[in-house]
Amino acid sequence: MAECPVCGAAFNLAEGTEKGEIIICGDCGSELEVTGKDSVQEAPQEEEDWGE
Amino acid sequence: MKVSIVGASGYGGGELLRLLLNHPDVEVHQVTSERNAGKPVTRVHPNLRKNTSLNFCMVKELEKVDLLFVSLPHTQFMQRFDELSGLAERIVDLSADFRLKDMAAYQKWYEVEHPHPDKLTQFVYGNVELHREEMKKARYISGAGCNATATILPLWPLFKLGAVDTALPVVAEAKCGSSEGGNAVSEASHHPERSGCVRSYKPTGHRHIAEMEQELGHRIYFSATSIEMVRGILVTAHLFVKPEITEKDIWKVYRQVYGQEPFIRIVKEKQGIYRFPEPKILAGTNYCDIGFELDGTRLVVVSAIDNLMKGAGGQAVHAMNVMCGFEETAGLTFTGLHPV
Repeated sequence: MAECPVCGAAFNLAEGTEKGEIIICGDCGSELEVTGKDSVQEAPQEEEDWGE
Repeated sequence: MKVSIVGASGYGGGELLRLLLNHPDVEVHQVTSERNAGKPVTRVHPNLRKNTSLNFCMVKELEKVDLLFVSLPHTQFMQRFDELSGLAERIVDLSADFRLKDMAAYQKWYEVEHPHPDKLTQFVYGNVELHREEMKKARYISGAGCNATATILPLWPLFKLGAVDTALPVVAEAKCGSSEGGNAVSEASHHPERSGCVRSYKPTGHRHIAEMEQELGHRIYFSATSIEMVRGILVTAHLFVKPEITEKDIWKVYRQVYGQEPFIRIVKEKQGIYRFPEPKILAGTNYCDIGFELDGTRLVVVSAIDNLMKGAGGQAVHAMNVMCGFEETAGLTFTGLHPV
C-alpha cells in the first residue's frame, strides 16, 4: 500500500507499475513518481506563474 | 409520491420544479403563484417548455399531497403554518422561517416575533451532510441559506474534528451572483447599476450569520459581495488551526467527514485551470466544491456552490430524498457544463 505524500491517500499501485513511472493521485490529483514497490514521491512540476 | 410547491414562480421555486419534474419517484401535482395564477408555468420558467403542462394555481386551491415544498418569501410561511401544514404529512421549507432554533434570533436577525416558537425544534436544518440521521425520522425540514451552506460545509469538518484554534477569529467572505436577490426588481438590480458591479452589500450583519453560528457553534465574521455572475457563490474563509496540524491532516479531515458524501468534492490541484473551487462550472449541479491552502497556522478554505441548487432547490430535493428513503442522488445527477 502506497501513501500519497501530499494528501495522505492510501492506494495500491497497479500491477506492472514500474519505478520512475508517473501516476496521478486519485484524491488530490498530484503527479507522483513511483520510487519502489509501495512507495511514491511527488513528481517535479513546472509551476504556473499567475502574474506574480 | 405526490408533491406540490407553494411559491413556484421565484428562482428557487423554479429550480425546485425543474428538478422535481425529472425526479423518478415524484409527481408534481400543483404549483402556486398568486400573481401568476392560471398562467402556464412555462411563461415564468421558459426552460421547462415541453417538460410540463402545469398552470400556476392559488394557495386556496391546493389539495392534499404527500409532501409539500414551501418556497415563499421570508416570514410568510411562519404566518401561514397552520393553513399549509394541514396539506401534507411532510414539509420541506426553503425559506428562513424555521431555520433558527432560538426564537430570540428571529427578533434579532429578521426583526419579527415568531408566531410558532414551539415548532422551531421540529424542523431539521437542511444540510444533509450535517443532519442525515435526523432527516430520516423528520416530518419537517427547513432549507439552509445559500451563503450559510457555502460557509458551513467547508468549515464544519474542521470544527467537528477539533482542528480549529477556537481562540482566534474565523472570517469568511462570499462573492455572490445576482440570482441570490430573487426575481423582484429594485433600483439596485437595474441593469446599468448592477452590470459589472463588485458591490459590498453586507460587510457585516448578514442574516445567514445566525445559521452559521448555530450550526458551527462559533462566532463567524462574514461579509458578502455581489459580483458579475447570475448563479453561484464563492466563499473564501480564513481561520487558524492548531499548531501541529499539517496540510495532509486537513486532507484527512475532509476525507474522513466527506469521503462518502455524494455532493462534496475536495478540489485542490497544482496544475490545470480550475485548481480551486469555482462556481462557474457548478451551474445547475448540486455539488459543493471545497479547496484549501495552509499558510503556517492560517488555513484558507475556499468553497463554491450554485446558490439555486446546493443553496436552495437541489438541497431541498436532496433532503427530500433522505427523508423519504429515495436514492440520495435521484434527480440530482447533472454534472455541469464545460466550457460554459
